[in-house]
Formats: sequence, C-alpha cells, structure tokens
Amino acid sequence: MCLAVPMEIVRINANGKALVRQDSLETEVDVSLLENPQAGDYVIIHAGFAIETLDLEEAEVRLKLFRAISELGSGPEV
Amino acid sequence: MKSKWTRDDQETLRESLRSRELARPLVREIRELAESLDREMRIMEVCGTHTVALRRSGIHSFLPDNVRMISGPGCPVCVTPTGYIDNALALLEEKDCVIATFGDMLKVPGSEGRSLSRYMGTGRVRIVYSPAELIEMAREADGQSGGSIRLQPGGFIRLQSDGSPAKSVVFLGIGFETTIPAIASVFLNTGELGIENLYLYTAFKTVPLALRALLKAPDRHFDAFLLPGHVSVILGTEPYEFLKQPGGVPGVITGFEPIDLLSGILAVLRLLAAGENRVENAYPRAVRKEGNPRARAVMNRLLYPVDELWRGLGVIPLSGMQLKPEFAALDAAGRFDLPEIRDFDPPGCSCAQVIQGKLLPYQCPLFGRPCTPEKPIGPCMVSSEGSCAAHFRYGDHPL
Repeated sequence: MCLAVPMEIVRINANGKALVRQDSLETEVDVSLLENPQAGDYVIIHAGFAIETLDLEEAEVRLKLFRAISELGSGPEV
Repeated sequence: MKSKWTRDDQETLRESLRSRELARPLVREIRELAESLDREMRIMEVCGTHTVALRRSGIHSFLPDNVRMISGPGCPVCVTPTGYIDNALALLEEKDCVIATFGDMLKVPGSEGRSLSRYMGTGRVRIVYSPAELIEMAREADGQSGGSIRLQPGGFIRLQSDGSPAKSVVFLGIGFETTIPAIASVFLNTGELGIENLYLYTAFKTVPLALRALLKAPDRHFDAFLLPGHVSVILGTEPYEFLKQPGGVPGVITGFEPIDLLSGILAVLRLLAAGENRVENAYPRAVRKEGNPRARAVMNRLLYPVDELWRGLGVIPLSGMQLKPEFAALDAAGRFDLPEIRDFDPPGCSCAQVIQGKLLPYQCPLFGRPCTPEKPIGPCMVSSEGSCAAHFRYGDHPL
C-alpha cells in the first residue's frame, strides 16, 4: 500500500493543486504536503498526494558510484 | 549537478535503476560477502511494497542460499485484526453507511468468513484511489451534489441523485505513515468545506514501535531490517536510531527499483559483516534525514498516538493513531458506537506467524490448498502485498 511513483510537476494550478506527468500520463495531485513545490520538480506521488520532492543531485551521485563499480568488473549473469 | 534536470535525465535514471549492467557487480559483491559470512542471515523486509518488488523483479532468486528475505508486518491489510472487518461490515449492514476504502481491504474475511467484496456494485462499498475523492463522494451521498430535498411527515429529508436517502460515508483508515498524512489532510478540511456526513474509522499503524516490539520478542527470527522507503520519506532516519542500542540490528532504508533493492541488501550485509548495528539510508534521493516535517505536522494536527492492536502481534503501546478529542465528531467508532475490536485467526491460518517472520508462507498448512489469492483465508493471501500472495504469484514455494 506504500506504492509511490515519481512524476514531474508541469504546473501549479490556481486551486493550489499541481498537474503532474510521467510519459503520456497527466493527472492532478495535491501538493499541500510539500514546502515549496515548483514546476519542473520531480515529486513522489502516493494516493493522489505528492509526499516529497526528489533530490536529483543525490540520485546522480549514487548512480555515478554504481557506474564506477560496474566499470571495475562484471558479475554473474542476472 | 546539472542546472536543470531534463526529462531525458529522468528517463536515464529510471533505466539505470533497472539496468542489468549495474546489477551484476552488486549481485557479485552480495555473493562474496555472503560466502565470507558463512552463516544464515535473515533480512526482514518490513514493507509490503518491498515484498512485491523483491519477488516481481526476481531478485530473491539471485540471492545466495544463506541470505533469506523474510516478510515483516508492513502490509497494512495483513496486520488489521479480523474484528475491524466485522465492524466495517456492521457499519454497512446495521448502520446503513456507505463504506469507502482502498481496494486492498475488499476481500479480507471477517470472523464469519464474509468480506466487503460481496457489496461491490451495490454502491454501498466504494473504492478510492486517493482520499481526495472522499469530498465529492460525501457530497453525493449527502444529496448536496445532484441530490434533492423532500418534505415528509417529521421534516425534510435529503435524497441522493438516484432518489435514495442521504447516507453517511465512512472511510476505512488503514495505513502507515506514508498514507496517514494524505488522509489527515482531507479530514482536516471537511469542516471548512461544510461536509458533515464523512467519518473516519481509524486503524492506522506506525512502523518504528512495531519494529521495536519485534526486536524485543524473545524468539526473534531475523538479523537485520530492510527499512521501508516511503514510510521513511515521512519519518526520516531519526525514529530508527533505537536500532543502535544493545540488542539492536542493522537497518537500511531502501527504495523500490531493482538497483535500489540490491544496494539496500548489500548495505545490510556490509553492516552485518562489520558487526555494526546502524541505520543507513540507501534511498537518499527520496528520504531526507529529517523526513517530511510538513506532512508529519498535518498528521499530528488531526491524530495522536494510541495503543494499537496488531493482528498477530497483539497490542503495541502507542503504535496507532486516533482522532484527537477536538475532532471526535469525525470518529466513526464513537458516532456509530462500534464495539472494541478483537483479533481472531481462521482455524489453521498462520498469518500471525508469517508477519513475524516465524514461518515462511509455504510452511502454512493452508498455503495453496485451500488458501489462494482467488479464495483467500488469511489476510496475507488477500492483499497483493501480503507475503503469502507474493510467494504464491511469483513462485518461491515448493508446490
């Protein structure tokens, strides 16, 4: 029940909610649980509410780390 | 850091988190570490969404034999006592309420084997995806939206758009910290919106105190926790710090993509190898140290901690959340005078052991015969996130 998906804020609507998108899916969600939501933010959506803004810098740092490990050598077929 | 994160960047991130190239070295290191540790390590994945993600991605099948993932109490439906379902049925059948619920609760049998699913299609049970839908649902049921008013002996009555009498709507308040703020946000606004027929029947549960109870159990069956990603989005890392204390175990906050899961498991094994009982955050793109204080404030404005009955675990002090006295008018249990709930397991059902990691699903005598996702007997087979349902759907059992 804690399934949540990342989506991009397209715009903040006049009613205080936000239009978000992922691929061809667009929907309106409640962003009142976020401090300062902005168009262009990637947010985590759960049950029609944005519950956090993704820290993309952190995402990039970790991915770089995994890529570096990956370049050191391969592992078993998965 | 790029100045602007583009959709291409987002797509690359998504693909990378599912990439076999990045997975292989993680699997290799997991296997090397497991071999060097040379003992069985049981990692409890606390969260039901992890249970599904681990099995759907097939990650459990890449793990060495001595690394076992066992499911914990993190499927909200699975830890809801049978008596709660009995009361939900009573609200519908005896108090003439409309029941609004997340879909997972529909097929859970009450103590007499009946479930809410028998009322699907009658308009008396309504599934919601988001609690935000409750406002319009309550307005419709109250005749405020498309309804009418009829004068009859004794006064006016309100009618819904189909001519039936106005009804109260009760939302089944099931869920952990991930979900509670969204629900609280809706119920905090009902007064301002003039909604008077919407009630909350709380059975909310909070994760850290349940983990503490599991940790203290004399016959503990696990060596570490894979901590829930989205509960932690709300809570941050601080509420798990008790894991550091004597008698604690390592805990790693983990995301839900395959690379997230593998890196979380690897971090757990590293901590086990080092003999360190610490909390680590392997999902930092989503989980801040301080969590989401704004969401917690919303939750704590409406609700306060109370002792809570967990299916299989008994009463855990202060591990539930109930409406504060100033919001008592929203409380379905008080408004409809519901009896206190009790826990009851169907004969032969082992859900109580399964959610404590004491039994694997296929070790239950009912698993697969006769208990299946189509005809579930216990809640762990009902919920798509239940340990039994995930094992049944994605293999990992000797049937």
